[in-house]
Amino acid sequence: MRTRSSGLGFQLFRHGVLGLGAILMLAPFVIMVSVSLKPSGEIFAPEFALLPKQWHAWQNYSDAFTRQPLARYILNGFIVTGAIFTCQLLTALPCAYALAKLRWRGRETMFLLVLLGLLIPPQVTAIPLYILLWQLGLLNTYAAIILPSTISVFGIFLLRQFFLTVPDDLINAARLDGLGEFAIVWCIMMPTAMPAVVAFGVLSLVWNWNEFFWPLVVIQSEHLATPPLGVVFFASAEAGTNYGPLMAAATAITAPLVIAFLAAQRWFIDGVTMTAVK
Amino acid sequence: MSDVALPHAASLVAHRRKAAGEAAEQLAAWVLAGPAFVLIWVMLLGPTVAVVVLSFTDWTFGMPEIAWAGLDNYREMAADAVFWQTLRNTLTYVAFVVPLSVFLGLGAAILIEAGTSLRGFYRAAFFLPVVSTLLAMALVFQFAFHPTVGAINLALAFVGLPTTDWLKNPNTALFALGVIGVWQAIGLSMVLFVAGLKAIPKDLYEAAAVDGADGAFERFRRVTWPMLGPATLFVVTITAIRSFQVFDTVQVLTDGGPNKATNVLLFQMYQEGFSFLRSAYAAALTVVFLGFVLLVTVIQVKLQERHTHYG
Repeated sequence: MRTRSSGLGFQLFRHGVLGLGAILMLAPFVIMVSVSLKPSGEIFAPEFALLPKQWHAWQNYSDAFTRQPLARYILNGFIVTGAIFTCQLLTALPCAYALAKLRWRGRETMFLLVLLGLLIPPQVTAIPLYILLWQLGLLNTYAAIILPSTISVFGIFLLRQFFLTVPDDLINAARLDGLGEFAIVWCIMMPTAMPAVVAFGVLSLVWNWNEFFWPLVVIQSEHLATPPLGVVFFASAEAGTNYGPLMAAATAITAPLVIAFLAAQRWFIDGVTMTAVK
Repeated sequence: MSDVALPHAASLVAHRRKAAGEAAEQLAAWVLAGPAFVLIWVMLLGPTVAVVVLSFTDWTFGMPEIAWAGLDNYREMAADAVFWQTLRNTLTYVAFVVPLSVFLGLGAAILIEAGTSLRGFYRAAFFLPVVSTLLAMALVFQFAFHPTVGAINLALAFVGLPTTDWLKNPNTALFALGVIGVWQAIGLSMVLFVAGLKAIPKDLYEAAAVDGADGAFERFRRVTWPMLGPATLFVVTITAIRSFQVFDTVQVLTDGGPNKATNVLLFQMYQEGFSFLRSAYAAALTVVFLGFVLLVTVIQVKLQERHTHYG
């Protein structure tokens, strides 16, 4: 296929179409950073320029970080995503091992529950979970954001598929060495499954950093807001007129994921692709 | 089994140890899977059952009383013109986003894989929107859609096309949100198609060439497209399910307006459930939403079965 279509004409066509596509895909990021560097006079100028005539970056970014607790939002993002992934791994990894490698009554039922769980979009459980957290007096706390995500059926499924490919001999050898099941899960299976664990971690991080619906439902206090929710507080406080600091804030909360993605592209793309290997 | 050759006594011990081992394995499995088992019920399946039950009651959030209401919530829904518009909006959005993101993703995947130069760059550029925070990017799009200084109107005016206030015009607002949806979904379908393309055995192309399938289009029609069948089905399903979940852009950019033109199922559910606190009615809306998502999955499974019959 490649040898046939490597004519100069085809190469020009390929780069022409993909180049235009890439420009369109990246344009919002370019606009975002560009606006975050400009004073408001230039933002509302009738023609668009990539770079500002008068640099206003310092003012916009310091405004973004002082008018609203933006650093706090970002810190909350790390706290929440970190706590969620830790819980998900602690519950998913042993369960996936039991599903893939142990023989027990209830295994089929458990796997069926996981498959059922995969069918349910997260928003479906919002109303009952809101009522539950209200009963427990946990609304408007970190726990309210974290608790519903402590279980990831997707993670269980992904790790189980991976564990199925691990040879039984490895586990039997560990048992002969006197290791218990817990030690096998954490000292043998987890290191073996690192590619799947990383893929799962990346997807969990992306999903929970960007999640907006659930924090919007359970969080009212500014100091508990996750990054997306924080930006909305910001946008409504500025009433959609002060684009410079707003775009600076948007850049700041998008930056961690974009930097992580550019640094570890292969893991991100492999992680997403792994979801397709159903 | 290696213990066949062992002397009798040793095999008896081994047998007894094996039985004890089996019991221990049962116990260990339950201990290992227990937390997940409990959490799946408490956080996922239990609430899903609860939402269905709640949709047959008259409960308002915070009220001490709750009564069985039968199908009242669903009757109210069926009689409500806003609900039908919400449904129409949601389906229009899905029908707009799914084909565009699937075909553009497929095109990007084929072109990216058809050469080697800049492959990594293109893949990263198309995938970047998938990992970026949709909510922050929605605010960027709000600026890009700005009627006078927005990049989109500036570009359209530059080539002489008509312009409008895209997010405030009831005829265009839903499609403006759709453009954001497509922008975010292309990268996902692109990487899934790239994985599908890589799984096609190279000798199929050679066999097709022997059969006289020359030219890029013939090769695509006879080999690539049929072999991509399962990948396409998966991409369509996952994009459709994600499109039904559209919420973020509606909430921050249009608030369901103008004039309910962008009111979608999840947004309506959010408003009824968490702004007006009509929990039972919101639960009924959730059930409708869940119904559509499950329908997509059922269609996928049916089509997949048919595909395997042919295979």
